[in-house]
Amino acid sequence: MAQAPALPRGFELPLKQRLPRIGSIDQVAVEARAGELAKRSIKKEAKVWALELAIRCTDLTTLEGQDTPGKVAALCSKAIRPDPGDPNVPSVAAVCVYPNLVPTAKERLAGSGVKVASVATAFPSGQSPLDVKLRDVQDAVAMGADEIDMVIDRGAFLSGRYAKVFDEIVQVKEACGDAHLKVILEVTELGTYDNVRRASLLAMAAGADFIKTSTGKLPGAATLPVQLVMLEAIRDVHEETGRKVGMKAAGGIRAAKNAIQYLVQVHETVGPDWLTPDLYRIGASSLLNDILMQLRKEKTGAYQSKDYFTND
Amino acid sequence: MTDLEKRSDRSPVPADWTYAPAPESTDIVRLQERYGLYVGGEWLEAAEHYATIAPRDESPLANVAQASEADVRNAVGVAREAAAAWAALPGSERAKYLFRIARILAERSREFAVLESLNGGKPIKESRDVDIPLAAAHFFYYAGWADKLEYAFPNREPRPLGVAGQIIPWNFPLLMLSWKIAPALAAGNTVVLKPAETTPLTALLFCDVVRQAELPPGVVNIVTGDGSTGAALVDADVDKIAFTGSTEVGKAIQRRVAGTDKKLTLELGGKAANIVFDDAALDQAVEGIVNGIYFNQGHVCCAGSRLFVQESIYEPVVEKLKKRMATLRVGDPLDKNTDVGAINSRMQLEKIEELVAAGKEEGAEIYQSPCRLPEKGYWFAPTVFTNVAQSYRIAQEEIFGPVLSVLTFRTPDEAVEKANNTPYGLSAGIWTEKGSRILWMAQRLRAGVVWANTFNRFDPTSPFGGYKESGFGREGGLHGLEPYLDFV
Repeated sequence: MAQAPALPRGFELPLKQRLPRIGSIDQVAVEARAGELAKRSIKKEAKVWALELAIRCTDLTTLEGQDTPGKVAALCSKAIRPDPGDPNVPSVAAVCVYPNLVPTAKERLAGSGVKVASVATAFPSGQSPLDVKLRDVQDAVAMGADEIDMVIDRGAFLSGRYAKVFDEIVQVKEACGDAHLKVILEVTELGTYDNVRRASLLAMAAGADFIKTSTGKLPGAATLPVQLVMLEAIRDVHEETGRKVGMKAAGGIRAAKNAIQYLVQVHETVGPDWLTPDLYRIGASSLLNDILMQLRKEKTGAYQSKDYFTND
Repeated sequence: MTDLEKRSDRSPVPADWTYAPAPESTDIVRLQERYGLYVGGEWLEAAEHYATIAPRDESPLANVAQASEADVRNAVGVAREAAAAWAALPGSERAKYLFRIARILAERSREFAVLESLNGGKPIKESRDVDIPLAAAHFFYYAGWADKLEYAFPNREPRPLGVAGQIIPWNFPLLMLSWKIAPALAAGNTVVLKPAETTPLTALLFCDVVRQAELPPGVVNIVTGDGSTGAALVDADVDKIAFTGSTEVGKAIQRRVAGTDKKLTLELGGKAANIVFDDAALDQAVEGIVNGIYFNQGHVCCAGSRLFVQESIYEPVVEKLKKRMATLRVGDPLDKNTDVGAINSRMQLEKIEELVAAGKEEGAEIYQSPCRLPEKGYWFAPTVFTNVAQSYRIAQEEIFGPVLSVLTFRTPDEAVEKANNTPYGLSAGIWTEKGSRILWMAQRLRAGVVWANTFNRFDPTSPFGGYKESGFGREGGLHGLEPYLDFV
């Protein structure tokens, strides 16, 4: 089916699922709402719970040219046991790496329950032929990736070739087999909230298990209004089809306080059902230590220096 | 390998994420047990007092003076004595005082916000983010005009009127005070202001700001009391009456002032139409609907209490609206996470209950937020009525509470016709992605303020006021100076 889902409410897809109307986003109003929600005051036990949830939803990420098996191995240890001094601190959801490092991660995480996520499809630009992208996915899955983070072809999207974007996602989803598919929209390059909504609906219609804000390779990346727009699209799809699509915010979330704002937005937009690593992820690297620091502060009443948290 | 065991399961997962209480501390507010009348820069004793309470739990906060007719006459006399010297000050000097008041309000904003929420019942996030900053902004704004009146009204030789009597409502106590006092002072008048019976405390705290700013005695006078105090002020020797409140009282004032040479401005009730077209950004429109009617518990004269939805999107809008209403956090006004606070008074609560009962009886379908209301205090759950006909009381009368009536329309013409079909005309909202339609609608809607893709947005530079039974005269902006000036 080579059709972009520019469908009115009530249109029947071949899958007997309906898509919500695409409609539009009012920039001023969506930013105002995101700003309002960011002011929620989360304290005491509610804060501890949120911080632990944020850890459980973290995709601990390293996506550098200089990544080595040693670096990834260290990250995996951190993923399983973020705070060696506190056995109550939960593990993260997944470790996210380039395909070549999947075997290392898989080995180090074996038996831990922490998933291995791999970026693929000519990450981060997505500007390669489809067969290369598919091969990329198949290899990552073959090497043991549980989750694939693909990028959409923004060049195609921005030139109005929605069908190409749609078809690619469908084929990548097929290539994933049992692996979960997260579709990265790279919102910074999409330019408008209208485009973010359109791409979100398109990705979900094509079979995304998760939609994800950013590659983390560009400044800007995830913002609260962008997540709000994506969550509203997820909510609309859920209401129309009953299908629950996950959300992943990635890039630029470095402070625990910030992570809580993202969780509050999830809580008050799509509801508590989404407050689980099965449906919500935060892609981050430096965020984890700030959360650990805040957690320890909540538990002991005092801030400790950065030297008490491991750099991995 | 025990090290490698995943630890996720150790973390208990509550079924729901309950936000811990986040109350704003009330320590910053120091109330006296009893307040007198602030006249001529001093506190005068009054013969009678009444208790003012916190609507969140009905606990008494302080005893305030019930000003008698003689008290009011005295206050107006003091204001009259101060008027000549105040008017004679260069505008740049008056501006200094106004700037000073604005700065002090900003500095003491937390104190004012807490007191406003305590005495009025509105959520702290609103008094903190809307009421108090806007009140300070009004003083800043009108301070800027004080020395530029000749430029504001070229070739008209603007002159102050003398003494302004000002009567304000309980829904935005300090903000309404600033809307009244700032332009009056900038124009060179002295004032006697009567705060609402149920919410006098921020006005009384404002007297301390006046003292701090070293305003000459008698320029600002505050007299508290009930309706009889207001009536005495209307009858007193003032040059102007500025009133914000109910249409009923507004009409009574207009009758009393008739035949005198007192100037009058009235800002009265409303039954605003919030009109959503099928091409609107739906989620943001729903947000605007919620803000339009549940902001400040619907105690807003320009509240979007009549929702007109284009019939083709009626279902999704109502569905989304109900879901959004379910997430509203109703409760302690002083909790930083509260979205909807307490109803201001028992009297107002009874009025809301009466009209809601009428709506049910007339056959409208009711939906209320599934929230748990506190036992003490005055509360009303956010409510929406669907299946409402234009002829129902809930579609005609101002409820002044968190109650929305949903109606439908088919074409822009019909939307205009239905929206204008009310004795009121204070505000309206339009939700559409089409710029040309916004302009087309705005030209035809008979309302003082028309918002496009937003609602309940206020700014000191923007004039505010009504058509028809919503009153006359404008407050805010350049227009807001005119009612306080005489021209040659």
